[in-house]
Amino acid sequence: MAHFELTTPVSEVQVRQLRVNDTVTLQSTLFGIRDATQIHLFDRGRKTRFDLDGHAVIHTAPNVRKVDKSVTYPAGYAPICIGTTTSDRMERFTRPLMTQCGVRLIIGKGGLREASKTAFKELGGAYLAIVGGTAALETTWIEQIEDVDLDDLNPESLWKFRIHNFGPLLVAMDSHGGSLFSVVREDAQGRRAQVLAGLGVKSA
Amino acid sequence: MKIDLMIVEEAAKELYIRALKVLPPDIKAGFNHLVAGESGSTAQNILATMVTNIQVAEDTNNLLCQDTGLPIYNILIGSGVDVDGYALTQAIRKGCERATREHPLRSSVVHPLTRKNEHSSCGIEVPVIHIDFTDTPEMLSIMMVPKGSGSENNSFLKMAIPAEGVDAIKTFVIDCVLGAGGKPCPPTIVGVGLGGTSDLCMALAKRAATRALGTCCSDPDGAELEKQLSSAVNQLGIGPQGLGGDSTAFAVHIELAATHITMNPIAVNMQCHSARRARAIFTPEGVSYGF
Repeated sequence: MAHFELTTPVSEVQVRQLRVNDTVTLQSTLFGIRDATQIHLFDRGRKTRFDLDGHAVIHTAPNVRKVDKSVTYPAGYAPICIGTTTSDRMERFTRPLMTQCGVRLIIGKGGLREASKTAFKELGGAYLAIVGGTAALETTWIEQIEDVDLDDLNPESLWKFRIHNFGPLLVAMDSHGGSLFSVVREDAQGRRAQVLAGLGVKSA
Repeated sequence: MKIDLMIVEEAAKELYIRALKVLPPDIKAGFNHLVAGESGSTAQNILATMVTNIQVAEDTNNLLCQDTGLPIYNILIGSGVDVDGYALTQAIRKGCERATREHPLRSSVVHPLTRKNEHSSCGIEVPVIHIDFTDTPEMLSIMMVPKGSGSENNSFLKMAIPAEGVDAIKTFVIDCVLGAGGKPCPPTIVGVGLGGTSDLCMALAKRAATRALGTCCSDPDGAELEKQLSSAVNQLGIGPQGLGGDSTAFAVHIELAATHITMNPIAVNMQCHSARRARAIFTPEGVSYGF
């Protein structure tokens, strides 16, 4: 269980050194994406002007305040509350995010499934678990909304955040086929019969 | 007692913002209880982060979670209250919209087909407004629940049959919690509705999921089943965020209603660890805010 300080963008070698139960703190840049962002990118063929190669994305749609563009607010948005949404809905976008955009790290909550695990292994990626529902804390790790693209999808725009000490995040899925979510799910499923028997359920 | 609808509008706005920022004391106490009993080290770290977040939100006057949810307003009208019901719902809607535009808050509400967001937290039939009545004469209560989607997406209904009995209820609840895993942002409050029609059953589950921790089902058999299921779900090992541990749920809550001789409906609706709610009580003395 090692801790890694990573500055984005990262290389495949850097991602491959991560193992489940390691922790990561990110520096520099983080991109925010969500359901609609990826539906438009991958199902409807829209393009982004952002270069996501080697970058980290977070499953989010933030609370923002529209302000005049300035040095402090180059995108015309002040962050209010930026947190993380359930990743599972976006499972099928993991592979295109990696193959078409070069994304290496996905930050989310609740985990991704088998196809993502396979993609991380084949292509060199990892899933970093954040504690969902702790957005007030997470917001203190965001320095600025640097830029925004596909903003007609607001709040599900493609956001570019400047971050500082973003973490610690838990490596919950790695590029070696490891997934803490799979381990916990299988363990819980294994306890099912005993739990039901404890409740006096006759045939489960 | 006459109700000033301008004050209702202000309260509807204030309640949405308050609910998003300050967790009720019973939920905070629920965290303390889970922390004391948690044996997993990852789970302990996650619970500690959640507790820190509650403090950061209060210190920075920020939202606990970025998910502003689907806004729900539960209204309770006393028998001696003089109010135009239609105008009351319009005032609530206006307050909800003003909270969204004036704070501002992320509007999480879209049309189900076009996915268009009006950026007002309002849409067709939303905010959800429930109206009920009480024989307490001089009282109007408005409870606001911003219902997060991570937990709301884990809502399930099973029209079991009488021959499957209580075993079907127990099995369904356990399987829903297993299937949901980390998605509803555990530790959760697992709301279970039993009986009624299909729609009433689901409404009961929502009522159960948003009930204060430490309260129990008013029906003694329901209360007993709550205890059994609360203990059982925490033996599954799903833990906070689905990353393992003892703290899968704060509690299982049950609300029930009579049902048909041929029916055995079971509904599950979950509430995430950011179990937010806020309440305003109108009396002749004025408006007081709480949970």
